[in-house]
Amino acid sequence: MRLQHFPVDFNQLRRLASEGAGAVSGKPETRIAILGDAATQFLRQAILNHGTLAGIRFAAFEADFNQIERQVYDPGSDLYAFDPQYVVLAWTTRKARLGFYKLEAAQQAVWHSDFLGQVRDMCQLIGERSKAKILLFNLEDLDDGVYGNFAARTPQSFTYQARMFNAGWMRVCAELPSVYPIDIAAMQARIGLAASYQSNIYVSTELVHSLDFTVSIAKAVVDVVGSLEGRFHKCLILDLDNTLWGGVIGDDGVERIELGGAGVGKAFKEFQAWIQQLQRRGIILAVCSKNNEDVAKQPFLHHPDMVLRLEDIAVFVANWENKADNIRHIQEILNIGFDSMVFFDDNPVERQLIKEQLPDVAVPDLPEDPAQYLEALQGLGLFETSSVSATDAQRTHQYQQEAERHKLSQRFTNLDEFLASLQMKAFTRPFQAFDIPRVAQLSQRSNQFNLRTVRYTEADIARLAASERHHTLAFDLADKFGGHGLIAVVILEEMDATQLFIDTWFMSCRVLKRGMEDYVLSELVAHARQMGKQRLIGEYLPTAKNGMVAEHYPGLGFRAEGGKWVLDLAGFQAKEFFIEKTTQEQ
Amino acid sequence: MTEETVLERLSVVFRQVLDQPDLVIRPETTALDVDGWDSMSHVMLVVEIEQQFKKRFKSREIADWKSVGDMIASILRP
Repeated sequence: MRLQHFPVDFNQLRRLASEGAGAVSGKPETRIAILGDAATQFLRQAILNHGTLAGIRFAAFEADFNQIERQVYDPGSDLYAFDPQYVVLAWTTRKARLGFYKLEAAQQAVWHSDFLGQVRDMCQLIGERSKAKILLFNLEDLDDGVYGNFAARTPQSFTYQARMFNAGWMRVCAELPSVYPIDIAAMQARIGLAASYQSNIYVSTELVHSLDFTVSIAKAVVDVVGSLEGRFHKCLILDLDNTLWGGVIGDDGVERIELGGAGVGKAFKEFQAWIQQLQRRGIILAVCSKNNEDVAKQPFLHHPDMVLRLEDIAVFVANWENKADNIRHIQEILNIGFDSMVFFDDNPVERQLIKEQLPDVAVPDLPEDPAQYLEALQGLGLFETSSVSATDAQRTHQYQQEAERHKLSQRFTNLDEFLASLQMKAFTRPFQAFDIPRVAQLSQRSNQFNLRTVRYTEADIARLAASERHHTLAFDLADKFGGHGLIAVVILEEMDATQLFIDTWFMSCRVLKRGMEDYVLSELVAHARQMGKQRLIGEYLPTAKNGMVAEHYPGLGFRAEGGKWVLDLAGFQAKEFFIEKTTQEQ
Repeated sequence: MTEETVLERLSVVFRQVLDQPDLVIRPETTALDVDGWDSMSHVMLVVEIEQQFKKRFKSREIADWKSVGDMIASILRP
């Protein structure tokens, strides 16, 4: 079972849960206590049912309503006897407001700070007396119209006080350990007053929320519990055509797909902007598209309104295989569970395939109208989390490298074919003014692919660039994925009329095994020949870190001579490489 | 809609909400006659009936319901 990501009403939820009850029957209980200022039996039932769908078997404790304080302050209360793992503190705006109305104006003006002080106390007490994590509700933002718009600058108005409470609630959640927010106000804003409240039910019962809203709140509670138990989504897998842009790239081409501008293209662009925010938060993005890979990448590379870039995508799979297999492939590369993946695809057939073949993957239905994608998906709680760290956002790059490696080993039995497919282009020039800081920096940092590990400062590099006796070469590399920037540096020194000494040769490890060494050597040879030289002399000075280039020169055809490596230009034949020479920056 | 078709559709709602596939209700049926028709399921019934019949009942109507017949009358009221 997995978290459910489609809207259900109370009765549907009940039916689904009774069908799925068998799946959780053997699981250990998760004890959850629900304390509310209004009737909570529907909330309790919905939490139990959503729990069942999420694979969590809850045992629920429910206090009689309006017993929050008594249960929390009394050390011998049923709450503590229950030994809860989670405590839901569920106050409601309507009940709080009735209390507020009974106060004098002076008390009303400080209501939120009194209430927050009490909330803080209660959370601390629960923390001292139990190991429970607290799920803390905020208040629905319901303007009572007493002061009109002026309420916002009237401290004794309820509207003002409720908003101040909500601001303080965020601080309480952030400052106290084990307190997690349940943002009732945001949920209420999403569905609106008409859907969140049913007056005819309220007057005959103690229900201050509609059943539908109660179901949404319960789902949020269960989603947050799930995330605290380590069940949350880490990866978003995206279809391309009609999901990220309108139209079919293979048919329409970069010029005619709908993206940006007015109309439906605007919806796709804003959809991408949201997805990019998810990526920056740490959600890993993958592409799974039925397309030729080079065609599928065209918009990423060439469409001016494309928000997502190739570097945002950890794994890019575009082929004509079935999508379930491709998602399995993505899962292997990322090495995360299927239950931590979400799949967005506009095509109901593809969605159905994944729902059937990979039932643990969350597959929300996308509305037919792309303009509705955002509102439909933002409210599903797909990306609940209970912690956010700075390193989350850096994961994409690590996974990209992993994906590259997999690709190499899987898709191309023939290395040459793979290298050719990269469409590499190298731009070679003597050091230019703009190269100097970067070359110096690399010279300081480059440890592994560095033949002599001579460290140069900026001043040194500037001097070498101007020197008559030295010849400098900087190499940029680009491939179909984009530019890598400066990735190799060589400094040659004239020894005499016939020999050039390779004083410095270092390269970025990012471009290993791409034939860059062969390409660089061919450039050195061409350069040396042009100068009328006959021999290139190389030297390897071992360090603790540069073992990987110990066999660099013999590998390129140099022979050993007097502790150095020598290449005779006369008989030199360059090895085949798949890098094209260009005369400008890519 | 006749009283009969309303009763028929109402029966479906009752069976679903109360989870009793064989439940038979009549206009004179009250909460006391039906297992599981308690205050909680009553709310669920109201919500479900409103949805099925696309009606919003007045608070006073709901409070006055004593039997299935009262419900039918409310549903049929223009």
